Amino acid sequence: MLSVKHLLGIRDLTPGDIGLIFKTADNFKQVLQRPIKKVPSLRDTTVANIFFENSTRTRLSFELAEKRLGADVVNFSASGSSVSKGETLIDTVKNILAMKVDMVVMRHAASGAPWFLANHINASIINAGDGTNEHPTQALLDAYSMREQVGDLKGKHVTIVGDIMHSRVALSNIYCLNKLGAKVTIAGPPTLIPKHIELLGVEVQHNLKKALENCDVANILRIQLERQNKPLFSTLREYALHYGVDKAMLDSLGRDIVVMHPGPINRGVELSSDAADSKQSIILDQVENGVAVRMAVIYLLSGKREIE
Amino acid sequence: MKTLLNEAQLELTLQRLAHQLIENHSDLANTAFIGIQPRGVFLSDRILEKLKKISRRKNLNYGRLDITFYRDDVHSSSDIQVPSHTDITFSIEGKKVVLIDDVLYTGRTIRSAMDALIDFGRPASVELLVLVDRRFSREVPIQPDYTGASVDTILTQKVKVCWKEKDGIDEVILIDKK
Repeated sequence: MLSVKHLLGIRDLTPGDIGLIFKTADNFKQVLQRPIKKVPSLRDTTVANIFFENSTRTRLSFELAEKRLGADVVNFSASGSSVSKGETLIDTVKNILAMKVDMVVMRHAASGAPWFLANHINASIINAGDGTNEHPTQALLDAYSMREQVGDLKGKHVTIVGDIMHSRVALSNIYCLNKLGAKVTIAGPPTLIPKHIELLGVEVQHNLKKALENCDVANILRIQLERQNKPLFSTLREYALHYGVDKAMLDSLGRDIVVMHPGPINRGVELSSDAADSKQSIILDQVENGVAVRMAVIYLLSGKREIE
Repeated sequence: MKTLLNEAQLELTLQRLAHQLIENHSDLANTAFIGIQPRGVFLSDRILEKLKKISRRKNLNYGRLDITFYRDDVHSSSDIQVPSHTDITFSIEGKKVVLIDDVLYTGRTIRSAMDALIDFGRPASVELLVLVDRRFSREVPIQPDYTGASVDTILTQKVKVCWKEKDGIDEVILIDKK
């Protein structure tokens, strides 16, 4: 049984919760390998996917997870909706819930939006990314995929490279890996690393080679130009030169580290094509595991639903 | 508390069930035995051990089925169930399937198990083996084909099957819940 009613952030989870989610995901992964990739657990549940920000992977992954659990699914995206007419977040969500929806999966550009919502509505909320704060299911599927590659994460060394400042994936990854006992190093140019991030128990390294040398897994994050409202490095070419991970860099390490990326990739910027498509890369495994992990989260939270 | 089957009686019953299975399934190659997780698996492990001995065949089709995701009370029980592993490595298409569980009570678990089973293919037939049949407490029309022992119980009683591997002793007991 999870200790929380909503999945707002990894920050609120206990290591036990994470273990339970992984154990349940193992079972769903098995279901997904069968000819009939569906179970009827949530046939009495309706889930609304409310996306105020763009998404391909996360939204598809959530939708597939919900459908494979037998739930009814409604999708909402801010573009083309009444949000552009000035409707507030609470009004939008309350209207959706009035149509008897039991669970809400939400992505929002404002950090903290799901916490705000949790105080005002009864349905379970799953945060699918809020601003630059958290993206809990991504961190769970990242850790789950790492575990498949290198075993128990306790004592393992994970390096997160890239735009840490604007990345909700980075923050959720740090919380999650810390709770699982892994050692985390953050790498990137000083302008993209928030001040005082060491307080979260991570090490900061500005030299990419040094950051990768001793790690087991490298999670490479996207440069989020859309969130950078002032220039934080001179050109993308310069960024790629210093912090782009390519095959030559991986080969120079002398050991095979696991390469991950939450997508979408800016090929040739943070990750070169030869590295992204190399044997060390598990980017598509991450996407595959995403569905199983999200099924586990939705299934476990559905038990927390209040029955009227 | 009352003992329904002691160790010796349980052993005899298991022996009889194994023989009954062999009697009805002369060609074991086309039969699949499926234990229902979690507690039915202790029983199916024992039965399979006996079947192998009696039939002198080493490779019988044997799987374990978890029905958690197929339950009809996912949201009405207070605690959400944590699943066990499903482990069926062969195709059940066209096979004669024997579902194995320890106690048959309302019949709802078996109903869910049939739903789960059909997601793995279309079996030629499905039979049910239970160690203890709590008669007159069914909520759906499901009856066992092989029964270890039948007992008449009331709602406030609970039948517990104990196994050496798990509980340290082989026996079946009837407990009065308050």
